[in-house]
Amino acid sequence: MTTAPRSRRLRRPVVAALAAVGIGTMILSGCAAGGSSSEPTKLTYLKNTENTNTEPVFNELAENQCKTENTALPLEVSSIPQADLDSQIQLLASQNALPVMFAAAGTPAEGAKLDKAGKLLNFETELEKLGVLDDIEPAAISTIKNLYGGNFNFLPFQFNIEGIFYNKTMFAERGLEEPQTYDELVDVASQFEADGITPFTASGEQGWPITRLISSYLFRDLGPDALQKVADGDAKLTDPEYVAAAQAIADLGAAGYFDDNIASLDIDSSYNELLTGKAAMMYMGTWFLESANDPEKNTVGVDNIGFMPFPAVEGGAGSIDQYPANVGLPQTFGADTYTPKVADWLKCITENYGQVSLEQSGAISGFKSKEPVTDLPALTVDVQDRIAGSTESVLWFEALFNAKAGQDSSKNASLLVTGQLSPEDFMKLLQTDLDAG
Amino acid sequence: MKQVLGDRKTIAILLGPALLVYTLVILVPVVWSFGYTFFKGNALEGFEFNGINNFTRLFTDPDVQAALGFTVKYALLLTILQVVFGYGLALLYTFVLKKSSAIIRTLVFFPVVVPTVAIALLYQKLFQSAPKDGLVNELLVNVGLGSVDWLGSGTTAFIVIVIMDVWRSMGFYGVLLYTGLLDIPEDIIESARIDGARGFSLFKNIVLPMSLPILYSSIIFSINGTIKVFDSVFALTGGGPGNETTPLTLYMYRTAFAFSDYGYGSTIALVLSIMCLIVTALIFRGARRDNTI
Repeated sequence: MTTAPRSRRLRRPVVAALAAVGIGTMILSGCAAGGSSSEPTKLTYLKNTENTNTEPVFNELAENQCKTENTALPLEVSSIPQADLDSQIQLLASQNALPVMFAAAGTPAEGAKLDKAGKLLNFETELEKLGVLDDIEPAAISTIKNLYGGNFNFLPFQFNIEGIFYNKTMFAERGLEEPQTYDELVDVASQFEADGITPFTASGEQGWPITRLISSYLFRDLGPDALQKVADGDAKLTDPEYVAAAQAIADLGAAGYFDDNIASLDIDSSYNELLTGKAAMMYMGTWFLESANDPEKNTVGVDNIGFMPFPAVEGGAGSIDQYPANVGLPQTFGADTYTPKVADWLKCITENYGQVSLEQSGAISGFKSKEPVTDLPALTVDVQDRIAGSTESVLWFEALFNAKAGQDSSKNASLLVTGQLSPEDFMKLLQTDLDAG
Repeated sequence: MKQVLGDRKTIAILLGPALLVYTLVILVPVVWSFGYTFFKGNALEGFEFNGINNFTRLFTDPDVQAALGFTVKYALLLTILQVVFGYGLALLYTFVLKKSSAIIRTLVFFPVVVPTVAIALLYQKLFQSAPKDGLVNELLVNVGLGSVDWLGSGTTAFIVIVIMDVWRSMGFYGVLLYTGLLDIPEDIIESARIDGARGFSLFKNIVLPMSLPILYSSIIFSINGTIKVFDSVFALTGGGPGNETTPLTLYMYRTAFAFSDYGYGSTIALVLSIMCLIVTALIFRGARRDNTI
C-alpha cells in the first residue's frame, strides 16, 4: 500500500528532471554555433584591423565590377586586431562558424593547420573550374604553396617584397647614397642621428618591424637558409652567429637610432614618422605603397620616398638581391561556406582585384591586371621592376616559428632595442618556445 | 515555512533548475577541463594523450613562473590598496562629509560602472608616450622632468595597471565599507567621545574593531577578484611589454586559444583553481577563528 504512492512521488520528479535536462540540452544546442550548415546570406569578411588595403578595393568591386554578385550576396566586412586573429579563427573553426572569407594565420604554421583540418578552399581546383586560374601570378601561387603547407589555399590580395623605404631628399641633402653594406647603413644612421633626425622608425607596439631587421641581417650574414636550418634543428637561435644578428639590431637601439618611446609606437604612427619627414628610414613590406602613394598621408611628397633592399653584411653568405617575399597576412575562403553565389564572387574578385588595387592605390597584388595600368607612381613601378627581377626570395623572422615563438618574438622585440632584454635572453626565449614544439 | 522546506518535492522544484544549470554550465566544463589536462591538442587538430607531461611542464616553464609571480604581486598589492583606499573613503564619507557625501560617493563610484575597456583606453591616452605625449607626460615635461614610456617597460606598466585598477574599484570598496561603518551604533561612538576618545584613538579603539567584519568581507571580495585579473590587463597592456604584465589568466587564455594547446591551457587553469581554493580556505579559516574569539 505504501509503495505505490512513493513510486508515483518519485516518478514525477524523475520525469520533471528528464524534461529539464531535455530543455537544457535544447537551450545549449541552440547556443552552439551552427553557421556552416546553412547557406550564407552575406559575403562575410573578417579581416585584421591593421590591414587597410583590401577593404577599399572590395568596396569598389561591390559597387562596380561585382555589383551583380554583391546584390545576390552583399559584402559585410568586420575587423579585429591582428593579435587576436589567430585565437578568433581557431574558435570559429572549432565551432564550424568561420566567415565566408577571412584573414588567418599570423604564422604559416597556423595556416597549414587550418588547411589540414579541411577548413580552407582549394583555390587551384576551384579557380580552374571557374576558368580564372590564369588570372593569378604563378610566382604568388608558388609563394603561397611554399609557405602554407603545399596547397594554394590563400589568396594573394597582396604580393609583397620587403626592404627599407627612405626619404630621398634627406639622403640627397647630405650627399648620401643608398647603403650597400650594413656598416654603411649604420654610418648613414649615425649622420641622421647627429642631425636630430630619427634614423629608423619602427613600431615597437607591433614588434615585427624590429624582428624583420634581425632576420634580414641573418639572411645577409648566414645565407637564405639561415632560419630553415633553425626550423630543421640544424642550428639554434642561441648559436653565437644568430645571437650576433640580435646584437646588431640591439646596438641600433642602444645608439639611439630608433624612435623615442619606440615600445609604444603603433604601426600607423610609425608610417606617419616617415611620411611627415620626422624619420629618414623605415623597414617595411611593399603593402606600404598604399600609404606612400597617398598624398594626404604622405606630406613629404609621393616622389620623395625611395625603396632599397636591406644591405649586405660584409663577408656574409647572403645577397642583397634576395628580398623577403610574402602575400601579407593571408586571406582565404572557408570550404564549408563555398556556395555558387560565393563562387560568383570569387570569380569576379579574381578577374578584377589586381586591376582595381593597382589603379586605386598603386598597391601590388598577386592578381594579374587585365589591362596595363599607366601613370603608376614611380615608387610602384620601381617595386614592380624589383619583383620582376628578383630570382630568389627569403622568408621573414617568424615565418617558420610556432604560434608561441611568433608571439614572443613580436612582443619582446621592443625590449631588445630598449636594452631591457639582452640579445642572448631574447634568442634563448624564442629557442625555448621552438623546443617546446 | 518549515513545512514547505521540509517537503522533498519543494526542495527539488526550488533547487532543481538552478542545480541543473550550475551542473551544465560550471561542473561539466570543470570536469571536462580537468580531463584536458592529460591531453595535447585542440578542437581543430584533435587531441592526443599526453600523460602527466602538462604537469611536469608547469614546473619548468619560465612563463608560468613569471605569470604566477605577477598574479601574486598584483593580487596582494591591489587588495591592500583597494581596501585601504576604500576604507579611507568610507571614513571620509562617514565622519567628514557625513550627509553631504552623496555627490562625492556617486562620483567616486562612477568608474565602477564604466566598461573596463573604456577605462583602459582612457588610461592608454593619459599615459601615452608615442607618437605624442599624453596628459601625464605633458605634466612631467612641464615641471622639467623627461617623458616616460609608461607602457614600454614592465615596471612602469605595472604601476599604470595598479593606478588604473585602484581608481576603477576604490569607489566600490568605499561604498561597501561605508555601509559597514553606518552599522556602528551612534551611541557607542558618542559614549567613547564622552570618555575622551578623539581622532586616532577613537578610530583605533572603536571604529576599526567594530568594522573588522566588513573589512574581512572586502578583503575576500578583493583578493578573489584580483587573483583572476584579466580584462583590465588585457585591455591596457595586452600582457606586455614582452610578457612582463601577463597574469596567469591571460597566459592560460593565450596558451589555449592563441597557441592552440587546450591541454596545457587547462593545466594552467587548474593551477588557478587551486590558488583560488587555497585563498578561499585560508580566508574562511581565518574568519571562523575570528568568530570564536
